[in-house]
Amino acid sequence: MSVLHIVNKSPYERHSLDTCLRLAKPDSAILLIEDGIYAVQQNSATSSKMQQALSNHPVYALQPDLEARGVNPDNMIDGISLVDYDGFVKLTTEYDRLQSWL
Amino acid sequence: MASKKFLYINRRPPHGSIYAHESLEVVLIGAAFEQDVTLAFIDDGVYQLMQNQDTGGVGLKNFAPTFRALGDYDVNQIYVEQESLELRGLSKDDLIPLTYEDEDDDWAEKDSIHVVSSAELADIIEQQDVILNF
Amino acid sequence: MKFAILVNEGPYTHQASDSAYHFTEALLRAGHEIVRVFFYHDGVNNGTRLSVPPQDDRNISERWSALAQQHDVELILCVAAAQRRGLLDDDEAKRAGKDSNNIAEGFQISGLGQLIDAGIQADRLIAFGD
Repeated sequence: MSVLHIVNKSPYERHSLDTCLRLAKPDSAILLIEDGIYAVQQNSATSSKMQQALSNHPVYALQPDLEARGVNPDNMIDGISLVDYDGFVKLTTEYDRLQSWL
Repeated sequence: MASKKFLYINRRPPHGSIYAHESLEVVLIGAAFEQDVTLAFIDDGVYQLMQNQDTGGVGLKNFAPTFRALGDYDVNQIYVEQESLELRGLSKDDLIPLTYEDEDDDWAEKDSIHVVSSAELADIIEQQDVILNF
Repeated sequence: MKFAILVNEGPYTHQASDSAYHFTEALLRAGHEIVRVFFYHDGVNNGTRLSVPPQDDRNISERWSALAQQHDVELILCVAAAQRRGLLDDDEAKRAGKDSNNIAEGFQISGLGQLIDAGIQADRLIAFGD
């Protein structure tokens, strides 16, 4: 499969998520880690952008990073899947290339 | 071993942090490995290619002239995202002209820099084997 | 599958080194092969043996050292980045006329070519940074 895009920045602080969404081809996947997980929150300024992203890409978020930040999975935008580190590894084997939007 | 396609994505401006400078060091070392090398300048990364950079007053090493040597290292696929330039009020004329001599075309001097749309750049990203983002 | 890992930030300030460590552990759990962990930019600071974190905190460099020892993982600090930031092995320290080295167990200093080589050898290269 194609590219796994990894975003580790809060969408409110930097443009990493916007750039990633602009340059990610349909069917490539997006994984939110570290401060990137703040993009999962529903009813936020980012949620319409994420809902649109979900129509083109599978979107994952790293659960330990959500838990560390007190973000409740119940308030996640529908369609985002949680993975743990083992799931993170599995994703990196399923996609041929990994692009970290540092 | 068959060569791989390496893409270096540059998204940070020069001088405010060391990422751009140390990224160029990777590109120069990587050129010796005879892999297929492509550079992309996106977001604030386009500022790395600005003409007339003069770091004398801030005492930092000016590595911008080194970009001109890339052609001699067979690094001549350099893509700059149009949207990133436009957002910053820049055009190709604001960038250091980078050229190479095409050995397959009687050593004609050619432009290394290609200004491309996001869609074209998205295709280029998909064609790579290894992506390094600095 | 063969993996290469690039760590671009030092310990404690950014989460990058922690994320890279947890990911590397998960790779080993899944039975993957680690070609190399390459430390670049401020990432070379992960290789100091002189950090003394509080007792209730993780010891990031020791944790990497243990991983290297237990699983034979190659930990490489980029020489140019390391010299700039004062990370020296015995040879480098002697050559530069410094009074001590400060590299933690299991880390080695080598050239940037090791990063490119890791990209060539590995099936996947993943970067952690700021």
